Amino acid sequence: MAAHLSYGRVNLNVLREAVRRELREFLDKCAGSKAIVWDEYLTGPFGLIAQYSLLKEHEVEKMFTLKGNRLPAADVKNIIFLVRPRLELMDIIAENVLSEDRRGPARDFHILFVPRRSLLCEQRLKDLGVLGSFIYREEYSLDLIPFDGDLLSMESEDAFKECYLEGDQTSLYHAAKGLMTLQALYGTIPHIFGKGECARQVANMMVRMKREFTGSQNSVFPVFDNLLLLDRNVDLLTPLATQLTYEGLIDEIYGIQNSYVKLPPEKFAPKKQGGGGGKDLPTEAKKLQLNSAEELYAEIRDKNFNAVGSVLSKKAKIISAAFEERHNAKTVGEIKQFVSQLPHMQAARGSLANHTSIAELIKDVTTSEDFFDKLTVEQEFMSGIDTDKVNSYIEDCIAQKHALIKVLRLVCLQSVCNSGLKHKVLDHYRREILQTYGYEHILTLNNLEKAGLLKAQTGGRNNYPTIRKTLRLWMDDVNEQNPTDISYVYSGYAPLSVRLAQLLSRPGWRSIEEVLRILPGPHFEERQPLPTGLQKKRQPGENRVTLIFFLGGVTFAEIAALRFLSQLEDGGTEYVIATTKLMNGSSWIEALMEK
Amino acid sequence: MNRTKGDEEEYWNSSKFKAFTFDDEDDELSQLKESKRAVNSLRDFVDDDDDDDLERVSWTGEPVGSISWSIKETAGNSGSTPEGREQLKGRNSFYTQLPKPTSTYSLSSFFKGRTRLGSFQSLSDALSDTPAKSYAPELGRPKGEYRDYSNDWSPSDTVRRLRRGKVCSLERFRSLQDKLQLLEEAVSMHDGNVITAVLIFLKRTLSKEILFRELEVRQVALRHLIHFLKEIGDQKLLLDLFRFLDRTEELALTHYREHLNIQDPEKRKEFLKTCIGLPFSAEDSAHIQDHYTLLERQIIIEVNDRHLESAGQTEIFRKHPRKASILNMPLVTTLFYACFYHYTESEGTFSSPINLKKTFKIPDKQYVLTALAARAKLRAWNDVDALFTTKNWLGYTKKRAPIGFHRVVEILHKNSAPVQILQDYVNLVEDVDTKLNLATKLKCHDVVIDTCRDLRDRQQLLAYRSKVDKGSVEEEKIDAVLSSSQIRWKN
Repeated sequence: MAAHLSYGRVNLNVLREAVRRELREFLDKCAGSKAIVWDEYLTGPFGLIAQYSLLKEHEVEKMFTLKGNRLPAADVKNIIFLVRPRLELMDIIAENVLSEDRRGPARDFHILFVPRRSLLCEQRLKDLGVLGSFIYREEYSLDLIPFDGDLLSMESEDAFKECYLEGDQTSLYHAAKGLMTLQALYGTIPHIFGKGECARQVANMMVRMKREFTGSQNSVFPVFDNLLLLDRNVDLLTPLATQLTYEGLIDEIYGIQNSYVKLPPEKFAPKKQGGGGGKDLPTEAKKLQLNSAEELYAEIRDKNFNAVGSVLSKKAKIISAAFEERHNAKTVGEIKQFVSQLPHMQAARGSLANHTSIAELIKDVTTSEDFFDKLTVEQEFMSGIDTDKVNSYIEDCIAQKHALIKVLRLVCLQSVCNSGLKHKVLDHYRREILQTYGYEHILTLNNLEKAGLLKAQTGGRNNYPTIRKTLRLWMDDVNEQNPTDISYVYSGYAPLSVRLAQLLSRPGWRSIEEVLRILPGPHFEERQPLPTGLQKKRQPGENRVTLIFFLGGVTFAEIAALRFLSQLEDGGTEYVIATTKLMNGSSWIEALMEK
Repeated sequence: MNRTKGDEEEYWNSSKFKAFTFDDEDDELSQLKESKRAVNSLRDFVDDDDDDDLERVSWTGEPVGSISWSIKETAGNSGSTPEGREQLKGRNSFYTQLPKPTSTYSLSSFFKGRTRLGSFQSLSDALSDTPAKSYAPELGRPKGEYRDYSNDWSPSDTVRRLRRGKVCSLERFRSLQDKLQLLEEAVSMHDGNVITAVLIFLKRTLSKEILFRELEVRQVALRHLIHFLKEIGDQKLLLDLFRFLDRTEELALTHYREHLNIQDPEKRKEFLKTCIGLPFSAEDSAHIQDHYTLLERQIIIEVNDRHLESAGQTEIFRKHPRKASILNMPLVTTLFYACFYHYTESEGTFSSPINLKKTFKIPDKQYVLTALAARAKLRAWNDVDALFTTKNWLGYTKKRAPIGFHRVVEILHKNSAPVQILQDYVNLVEDVDTKLNLATKLKCHDVVIDTCRDLRDRQQLLAYRSKVDKGSVEEEKIDAVLSSSQIRWKN
């Protein structure tokens, strides 16, 4: 059912099965028929681990989204609220429960908190007089959710804000717990590397959690060789730039949520022969699932967008040829053979049709003048040109009142590429933004400053050129079609975070000590000793497996760059990627804005 | 499948996929066209039944059987979302209406607030008899598990139990030293849930002064308390805390943030007034002052204009009824509004654009841009003209635009200015290439022809000739230029 999770070096279906088992156990505990009331936010992530059929097998007969007033009628014995631990949701639950009490037969109420019970929330339920109504109040530790064969995410949208703005490390605690779960399933990870303050914290928590468990030694043979913990604030630059891979652009333009994307329906209208189809065009967005279970998508998702067209056209030729084969099928046997392949061919054709349409939609954007201008400015900043003065394109964007997030992304990019803006420049942008978009954005600008995304240069020293040169972040000769370096994902800029991972695996961080000292937070190495029986004897030519955990979010372009490294013939390392949130520059800035 | 090449071409170009015609055939993505065509032609052959039949997805793309799909299925019609949103919003206001502490602003009173049952039990009482189990895959049994029934847990055992959601009374920790040890244990576990629970307990049992003092030297716990106070919206205690910590700028910003919750414009204005003079950073102080002044102006303008509009005597309001109130709009929007409805007013009125410009020190560029957009929208071309005309001391007039004339042209074009007007401004664009591009794009024939002539660029002019209509005035003019013997062409 989720075969794509087992395609990679590490079979993530094992994790999926483990969390499914826990869900079943809870459902069986509430004996009898049940209805689930969902925190709407959770249905996306849950969709990645369970289908309705699984719930149905365990007597879930109705499902509702959580909202005020009374619950819709349902003739069931149990009502289960499946929610994140948020105060405002507790108020809604209380209202549901109270209005339920007044009518009809008594039900059994339960709450399943995801990923953690919260004493604060339970206190709120108590204040509202309903805490006693619940038979089971439990937690479902869905920390890391498998998204793909090499990708895990906590989908915690506030993680960055909490860690770097509020200084609340609860999400780091969840990350550490998720890592402990992974180690329980995939064995102890012998080497831990890290860079950044949060990375240090997570490593400390892991060591401490390990010490607390006196149970039998973990006897699972280790699958991972290394763990690399990376703070997002070590590399604030990368997410701000526009991603130029196929998947990255889909995310930038339409936003991918829990591996689904919603697209404008026009291009996907089923076209029948004889025309006249223009009348009943669907108005609802077309929703598509995007993961490596789809063969074509797995092939093109990580390519630079400029290399996608040729693949699609090649595929089209192959499929056409395959369908032509029917003319050559003369004997009954041959026809039978052809027919047996039809389902696969039709699926391939459907997939090709979808991605051709998506590519068209994206191309409309990438060929626009404004996209080109924006990209030019980004690339100038990243290669170190004119980062110290007011940029006229940004001024124009403000004057034309382009989306505020777009403006903020560019200003922050400029600030990061200049190690902070000159006072005069920063003040100029600040005034223009406040006058055009409203003074209340003072709060947002302050948040960005606190997070280090936007700041005034102190000491007048710009470190970025040193970092850029040492880490070779800007490559002039980039090959988008047949890439030789990770910089292809941004058509010239090599993501700093991924460069750090690459250099760690070869030749090691000792070669870049100086740059590591400029980047924020400590860098460190820990060992978790293994009993001799579990120590790996590597076969010659066998790749290491590194789990790389991005604390504070990761972009699809960075994931693409890591997959590129995994596939290098002489790379020596394959990567599995984990993160607190799959994100892009816009969703990132949005999470930091004051609403 | 058997369509001829020509048919396909025609199909392609006549189809609605207009965006998919490329000028540049070498473009890598023109290959998309090929695959599209292949896909389309294949439909003839395989499209017997519905497209999506194979994948079993509903039209919205939810795979049949997925959770979000099933919610809609099993809930029937009851789950219309917009309505749900509204109700959710309603819930949020319910949240803010919760009983707030009145006399003392302590957290404890918040949590001891009257419950429905009128009980004043402590959190720990409420949590007794809770069956608890963590649903993480078994990671081995923690040490604490073996001493489940002791009555004498140390702070570290207590914290460990809290962490697993077990029953635990904190009331036994009476001395300050015990309480602080409890807090330190919680902090060292990094579990925000437990840290918050302990903080709630400390807040209830310690005086504000002692709590603040102890947290000042425990930064992690302090940050959790601040986050938690923001979460529950205990503004007053938060401000007290910042005051105690002498974090003046945060204090000011936190206070200022409150204005977002005040809907009534008068009250919001009064509130903003209280923000002036708070210890913001030097840059922000000026902006906060401006924010107040702006809202003050907007209230005056709004009252005045609503009156004018309803009286129906003023032409501009009759012709162009206001779409929305000007209250709480950004400064630049307000300036646009003033340029639209109050352009000719003398500097003395609050609604005059010049007054706004002076009061808020709006830069020339910004002002011109906004005024231009407003006047162009009204098609007041004389005003536009005046905006760029300057007189020098000899009385000669000269055209000058602080924003560059190419921008002027863009804005005029967006407001569909007539060609004669556009032409004048295209001519003022300094850079020749930009001018030529703009003129070509906007079909200002005279400008193109004259520019080519001045550049002595015969080839470009010939190329342009093929673009204009046959037998038109433009063609005649081009022919006249081309045959002129006065010009020494460079090509």
